[in-house]
Amino acid sequence: MGYQPELLATCGTLEELKELAEAGCSAFLLGEEKFGMRLPGEFTPELIREAVDFARPRGIKIYACVNNLMDNEALPALPEYLKVLGGIGVDGIEFGDPSVLMQARALLPGLPLHWNAEMTSTNHGTANYWGRRGATRVVLARELNMDEVTGMMPHLEVEAQVQVHGMTNIYHSKRSLVHSYMANQGRPVEDDNVGLSRGLYLIEAERRDERFPIYEDSNGTHIMSSGDICILEDLHLLMEAGVQSFKIEGILKSAAYNVAAARAYRKAIDTFAADPENYAFEEAWLDEIRDLQDPQRELSFGFFYKEQVY
Amino acid sequence: MESTQTPVQSKPQFKGKRYRLDKPELLAPAGNLEKLKFAVHYGADAVYIGGQKYGLRSNADNFSFDEMKEGVEFAKKYGAKVFVATNIYAHEEDLDGIAEYLRNLQEAGISAIITADPVIVETAGTAAPKIEVHLSTQQSTLNWQAVQFWKEEGLPRVVLGRETSLEEIAEIKKNVDVEIESFVHGAMCSSYSGRCVLSNHFTDRDSNRGGCCQSCRWKYDLFENPSPEGEWVSEEQQLDESEGNPLFAPEDNAFTMGSKDLCMLGSIPDLIEVGIDSFKVEGRMKSIHYVATVINVYRQAIDSYMADPDNYVLKPEWMEELSKAANRPLNTGFFYDTPDHEDHIYEPEEKAVPYDFAGLVLDYDADSGLATIQQRNHFKPGTQIEFFGPGGTFFRQTVGAIWDEEGNELDAARHPMQRVKIKVDRPLRYFDMMRKKNVKA
Repeated sequence: MGYQPELLATCGTLEELKELAEAGCSAFLLGEEKFGMRLPGEFTPELIREAVDFARPRGIKIYACVNNLMDNEALPALPEYLKVLGGIGVDGIEFGDPSVLMQARALLPGLPLHWNAEMTSTNHGTANYWGRRGATRVVLARELNMDEVTGMMPHLEVEAQVQVHGMTNIYHSKRSLVHSYMANQGRPVEDDNVGLSRGLYLIEAERRDERFPIYEDSNGTHIMSSGDICILEDLHLLMEAGVQSFKIEGILKSAAYNVAAARAYRKAIDTFAADPENYAFEEAWLDEIRDLQDPQRELSFGFFYKEQVY
Repeated sequence: MESTQTPVQSKPQFKGKRYRLDKPELLAPAGNLEKLKFAVHYGADAVYIGGQKYGLRSNADNFSFDEMKEGVEFAKKYGAKVFVATNIYAHEEDLDGIAEYLRNLQEAGISAIITADPVIVETAGTAAPKIEVHLSTQQSTLNWQAVQFWKEEGLPRVVLGRETSLEEIAEIKKNVDVEIESFVHGAMCSSYSGRCVLSNHFTDRDSNRGGCCQSCRWKYDLFENPSPEGEWVSEEQQLDESEGNPLFAPEDNAFTMGSKDLCMLGSIPDLIEVGIDSFKVEGRMKSIHYVATVINVYRQAIDSYMADPDNYVLKPEWMEELSKAANRPLNTGFFYDTPDHEDHIYEPEEKAVPYDFAGLVLDYDADSGLATIQQRNHFKPGTQIEFFGPGGTFFRQTVGAIWDEEGNELDAARHPMQRVKIKVDRPLRYFDMMRKKNVKA
């Protein structure tokens, strides 16, 4: 069989997972806040087991998200959690902290390990470094451009995952910034709800048309991008480069929206896989996404074609 | 200025062992060669600087290799070391020059690099084996197993994430025999270091390659979207709601992520006893006056504690000195508890620093009581000034007559770097500093 990249999504519920599988997703990243960062919904080990039971016969991969920045207190629970995940039979583990890498390597030998250090996974040398220490895949930073991504593919000794759709995290603090702000104003958060479902966002004083979602959870405060990446139009460039996994970030999106995105990317992938030579992007593939796109959020190529200076 | 939240402490809670040093290292920032000299002269055991590439302060002066050599030579006379921050997260285009750059650092006599990106860690091992590799705080290392990992990778020192508490440092020390460096003073990222790309999004400047424009200190408005998560809202509805429900009143302060600055001067016994090997002061972009003042104070506090731990007291004049170099409110970061609303800056900030560097003492003649001063800011007869030097020497006086080098009396010292003479009340030494109140402060 020729090139057949993975289409990976995150999702909030088992039901959404099934819809997304139906729409063409071939892999899912699941987990819970205690061990994994910025997940659209909580998947306890029991739910991950159900997901695996659903996915396995269909050839769909389930990866567990264990990519928190770990403190000492998080360490004792890790071995048991990893063993449970191993017992369930997940297809891989996503990590950021070296402690998880070391424990997973010792406890679950042979299990694929995906290195995801968010905005700091920026070059092939470092990806290969983690590869030599047991990682099998790098989740590339969203701030890279197209030339950087495609240019590093021939040099990578591990698989590459690229986020092609959805919002991205742009700031993560351990501090409770929303609580702190409300307390400073003398208006404590009464129902304690400053999480994903509250729909909080920031507007910078001189950029009134951009809304940056913000929420808190036990991992701190997260600020998200004001727009959504959509690389569909140029997905062939990433496919020609041989990127092994494409990610649709499902956080803060409706199931219907994520399903629309999954269908569109599935169409592009299948069309390319069937006949790469004659592949052509069709504008109509974007229709369903555009119909459901929040008009306040711009769909864009993100940093893929942006000049960044420093 | 608000004072630091000095913990009420009788005895330090935690006992940890330093790895190589009998006394903690005081590590100072040095944005350029001149600042390096002041930092070392005022008591730093080591300084960290930026070179022309691979550092996170692309706006600082930064050192050429020749300047590094000169800095290393100068520091050596004091028994001090020079480290270079190579703390970017490299992109593809950055990779090719790393080995050569590190070889040049080694040749310049640099003792250590402070590095976040493993590709630089790895390259250093082969290209510049004599240089120590210290893991940067940009890796946000918070737990002892991660510290253990880096130790096994051959790194002698880990700079912990600023989120680690004293208790966590104690546990790390208990489990791993490796040098631990912690920030003890200066400005802080409010995010996990390295986990912030606000600058990239707001200004197309790459924060993890030195382009940070401190968007965390900008002003924001906080809103909520009344529609439940994931529920589809029509375009008409969206427009009706305009910007959404504001979670602030018109008279309220704006939302911001900006943190107060770290100040652990009040906790020197805790820092020493927990076993932190290196006390790091932030501020490669800060002034000579700031670096000299802050380092001078921490040097005295550390030496005072080490000389007689049982009778150590925090001297009020140390805090007072610190307050002359900067005016951002201070706190103790994550060392004792997680920062809350009292640890952020919501009110408009004072821009001016309370005191200015007015002159550098080049010479003192005991017979005449005349000091030769290199002018660094305007002063004239009648200006209230303070002299201070390493070890806490300090006195105030009023400027009397001012003469130029030819003996002509001047009505003011107006010219930057001009050498002038004034009569001083007490003996001074080369490298003592003269400061005056900033009239704008």
